[in-house]
Amino acid sequence: MQTQFFAHLRCRECGRLYPKEAIHVCEWDFGPLEAIYDYEAIRRHVSRKRIESRAPTMWRYREFLPLEGEPSVGTQVGFTPLVRSERLAKALGVREAYVKNDTVNYPTLSFKDRVVAISLSRAKEMGFTTVACASTGNLANSVAANAASAGLESYVLIPSDLEASKVLGSLVYGTRVVGIRGPYDKVNRLCSEIAGKYQWAFVNVNLRPYYAEGSKTMGFEIAEQLGWRLPAHTVIPMASGSLLTKIAKSYQEMIDTELVEKAPFAIYGAQATGCNPISDAFRKGTELVQPVPKPQTIAKSLAIGTPADGYYAIQTMRKSGGAAEDASDEELLEGIRLLAETTGIFAETAGGVTVACARKLIASGKIPKDGTVVLCITGHGLKTAEVLTGVLAPPRVIEPSLREFDRLVSSDLAHASIPAKMET
Amino acid sequence: MSDLTTEQAIPVRIPTPLRGLTGNKDLVSVRGSTIGELLEDLQTQFPGIGERLFDQTGALRRFVAIYVNGEDIRFLQDQKTPVCSEDEVSIVPAVAGG
Repeated sequence: MQTQFFAHLRCRECGRLYPKEAIHVCEWDFGPLEAIYDYEAIRRHVSRKRIESRAPTMWRYREFLPLEGEPSVGTQVGFTPLVRSERLAKALGVREAYVKNDTVNYPTLSFKDRVVAISLSRAKEMGFTTVACASTGNLANSVAANAASAGLESYVLIPSDLEASKVLGSLVYGTRVVGIRGPYDKVNRLCSEIAGKYQWAFVNVNLRPYYAEGSKTMGFEIAEQLGWRLPAHTVIPMASGSLLTKIAKSYQEMIDTELVEKAPFAIYGAQATGCNPISDAFRKGTELVQPVPKPQTIAKSLAIGTPADGYYAIQTMRKSGGAAEDASDEELLEGIRLLAETTGIFAETAGGVTVACARKLIASGKIPKDGTVVLCITGHGLKTAEVLTGVLAPPRVIEPSLREFDRLVSSDLAHASIPAKMET
Repeated sequence: MSDLTTEQAIPVRIPTPLRGLTGNKDLVSVRGSTIGELLEDLQTQFPGIGERLFDQTGALRRFVAIYVNGEDIRFLQDQKTPVCSEDEVSIVPAVAGG
């Protein structure tokens, strides 16, 4: 049933059309290929009611995803909570704040389950038996897990210095993990060359036009969960910049197919200061993204020095009236704590970057204080927990003695760090 | 190989989208002492490849990346980056990853 909506691939640069194959760049100008749909047919077919009647997964927006048939991998992915938090809004200094909480995405606790669900479903449709990826960790975890459940062979290539949890979180699924000496950009370049030689489905290389579309589901969900309206301000972390462009695309598609009222939506991008090629170019008023040779940030999942979609991310932010910001390691650690202490959501380093940048964008007036802001939190904090070692005070250790505990609480009360309320 | 210092044969890896112009070869041998010279010889040997790699102003297209021994030439000396026959040169589509 999908065929009637997903039409073909098209070069974003020159507009040449391509068949729906495992290809990702235009032969003429190397421009990225993008999935194109028959929006008129989608508009006639979808309705809020029809979507609401479906299971709470990303596949409730299946008409907007580039598959020929039904999904076969990652059928439970998506529809994560959109959490409204007054405490976070107050801390950020904005009227209304929401967290799109992909830290609890299924099965591997990051937004990457969305892009993997679509790309592995497409890989199976095309008859591939081996799947692969270049990853900063989250994607590797998701490819490994979803390939395991689908019975696909997999290779995941990662920088050799990733967080321990992200490495273990791939190995456990029995995938073939290959660590590459060097930053992510070198892993990426190698994968492009491997993809040209081996007949594998590289989700973010030759299957990238399919893969990237999965990110749109985060945007569809946000709008539906807000009661079928677009948020005025959305803050999104940027590594390659792909997620940001696809969330903007999802909002526009919902307008075009009359699922939401037309309304302005400003898109804001967040990067780490130690690897900020996109926010730096935005600030300088250029579209020329200067690559960063040696990214230096603890937000490793955002450490892409040559972002593939940087140019388009800048255009998206400018056109939508948004802005870019970046945050230092210290600021992102504060961001992680702020989010945890106000919402009970433990985000990985990229989430800390998003929170810290949202705070700066609000403080500088780029996001108005009387506005509604959605923060896209894309990965779980347990995956990068090691960055908090030495940042959080260690637990106090006492003997199993009530007297010692009383002394501890008295001291807390004296410092007024907990509410003075005791059972008597 | 009359003049080894300036006219060395250097292997260049060709990405899938360009292999239609190289007789389906993924590795070709070109001559030159810099990346710029290699690209010139590549265009001479395989007509049509130039317009794929360069835009109308003569600059390398936005989504074309060139590497010498795995290093992006933008971090070296761009098209002036010197090369010798020991080097591994790759032309790679820049749109990938993330």
